[in-house]
Amino acid sequence: MMNRRNTLKTVALGTVSAMALLMGSTLHAAANEKLKIGFVGVTSGPAAAWGTSNVRSMQTLAAWYNETGGVKIGDKTYDIDIVTFDDQKDPKRAVEGMEKMAQEGIHYVVGPNVDDGAAAVRPVAEKNNIIYFPYAFPKELYTPPASNAILGMIANYQSGPAIYKYLKENKGVKKVAFVAANESDPLSQRDGGVAAAKALGLEVVADKDTYQNDTRDFTPVLTPIVALNPDLLVLSGVAPANAPLLIRSARELGYEGLISTETAQDAKVLEEGAGELANGFISVGGASTPAIASDRMKEFVARYTKMFGEYNDESNTKVYALDYILETMKANPAAIDNIDEFKKTIDTFSAPNPYVKGDAKLNYVGTTSFGQKRQISVPMVVNEYKDGAFQTLFVGSVD
Amino acid sequence: MEQVIANGLYLGAQYALIALGLTLIFGLMNVLNFAHGQMYVLGGFITYAIYGQLGLPFPVAVLASGVSLAVIGGLMERYLFRTVIRRSHREESTMLLAAATAFFFDAVILLIFGEKQRGVPKIVKGVFHDFGIILPYDRIVVAVVAALMIFAFILFMKYSRTGRAMRALAQDRVAAQLMGIKVDRYTMIGFALGAMLAGVVGGLLVSITGVNSGIGGPISVKAFLMIMIGGAGVVGGAIAGGFILGMMESVGLTVLREYGDVTYLVIFAALMIFLAIRPNGLMGKPWG
Repeated sequence: MMNRRNTLKTVALGTVSAMALLMGSTLHAAANEKLKIGFVGVTSGPAAAWGTSNVRSMQTLAAWYNETGGVKIGDKTYDIDIVTFDDQKDPKRAVEGMEKMAQEGIHYVVGPNVDDGAAAVRPVAEKNNIIYFPYAFPKELYTPPASNAILGMIANYQSGPAIYKYLKENKGVKKVAFVAANESDPLSQRDGGVAAAKALGLEVVADKDTYQNDTRDFTPVLTPIVALNPDLLVLSGVAPANAPLLIRSARELGYEGLISTETAQDAKVLEEGAGELANGFISVGGASTPAIASDRMKEFVARYTKMFGEYNDESNTKVYALDYILETMKANPAAIDNIDEFKKTIDTFSAPNPYVKGDAKLNYVGTTSFGQKRQISVPMVVNEYKDGAFQTLFVGSVD
Repeated sequence: MEQVIANGLYLGAQYALIALGLTLIFGLMNVLNFAHGQMYVLGGFITYAIYGQLGLPFPVAVLASGVSLAVIGGLMERYLFRTVIRRSHREESTMLLAAATAFFFDAVILLIFGEKQRGVPKIVKGVFHDFGIILPYDRIVVAVVAALMIFAFILFMKYSRTGRAMRALAQDRVAAQLMGIKVDRYTMIGFALGAMLAGVVGGLLVSITGVNSGIGGPISVKAFLMIMIGGAGVVGGAIAGGFILGMMESVGLTVLREYGDVTYLVIFAALMIFLAIRPNGLMGKPWG
């Protein structure tokens, strides 16, 4: 038989349990539904900086949205859940990553970061109704009949001609030399750059020089190129880890001409690795230079820095992809689990660009390059590095 | 051509120093330390933190890199490799352990130091420019320090009691034990010394080439290449391998540049032919 104490204990436990269940169910009812967005990219190994800045941009934005009540799409409000997969810059791993996203029922994925990974995941994405945003340049990913990939940045064949034209007209560049890592992305960027330079009537004095991506000392690579005395040295598709080393070696060998690249770089990395030797280095950035950054961009940088300890300037371009996905869904809530609806919305979508001052818009572009809108519009901010920071050289756009 | 030779000699000096620690561990324990490159990276980051971030003198930072890696190496030998070597009769076990430690270090370094390339202020400013050679002074300093360290290491191995004990161990472990050499003690010292060399060279070179968390694997591969050329486990072989590889890179990148990136293709093809003719490398057996 139960005594009085046991009876009281039972009643108390029962009450507490019932309250806990009630509170739990109330909290559950109050919590927003999760909207999963995927990331498949490289976050380890020598190219970790590319994917890490990518995924951290997404995580910073997701945390920001969730902290401020979630994202309202149609009549529902969602918390954003970023599902990540490190493909280690290996196409086989990228395919595994995209399959994982499909198994999780995810329809929107940011990445992969490199050409071969982006090409490898295409069949998986198309079979499983996934729209993905690669940071890779092969045109066949974005031209019909392909329709699931949306280029997440400005391609070198779009920024290169603009940079060379500017340097030809404003800095008197006549002779250009190219050097690239012996990998598919930098080599294809080099070939595109060489073609663009020749089309502008520039003399290309070096177009075959390459290096292993894990090279630590670039003096032997650059010695014969510097001897050719080009006006412009283009570091095609250079990884942020290699850029300061190449710049430093070139300057120490006595090279006095201009140096540029079409990839995004990080000012802190340049400062630590090359110091004042990096002054004048030209690269393509996003929206963080003081001249154009909006208050929201500044807050994004502050939140990213608080969350991860240090900002990465490559995120100036990588801040956009998640917002494009969410804003397109807001414009057409049916797109949340139906990529055909998403594709329909692409052609007419337009929203204010919150990251730059003025009345810039978020919209899809790429018609000239791909014959259809399969590229997000990111401001083509051509930067010049000076004393630890980037300064805007000029701002262009892609149609 | 003077510049090409100077580039080759500089590269060779730094490569030789990288390979020394690896060949020492291989000679003593017959262990291919796949984590050698990661130890180099860790040494680089320690110097980065102490010299680049805290602002302490560069020699203090390099010393701290060496001491830290020596302690880590000693602990790895004592608690990981010694245990596995005792319990396992298969040589692959130590290789698997070495590979696992490499992955472990990779992950820990990425977690602690992040994904970015790191660099420190130049230790000496200015560039030597004469006799057709352009060489920054900091490279000259590093090359001289590397040469001095290689020389000191050879003297240490040849004339010190510890060095002689380690050479005896490398030649014949059982005979050395029978002669009263404390095998466990000297093996641990050897592993710690090998790790220390990796840490010191990582610290030295962070002033020239910087460091990032992903370069450990490629550094190990290059170090293996050097000891394969010179003869695994032979100090002279590692030095020769380092200088040969440095010179081949420098000459190849100049002479073959018109043909694209074929320098390493040629180096690997030459290595395959060379190993088919001399499978033990240039200098054959441990410690000659």
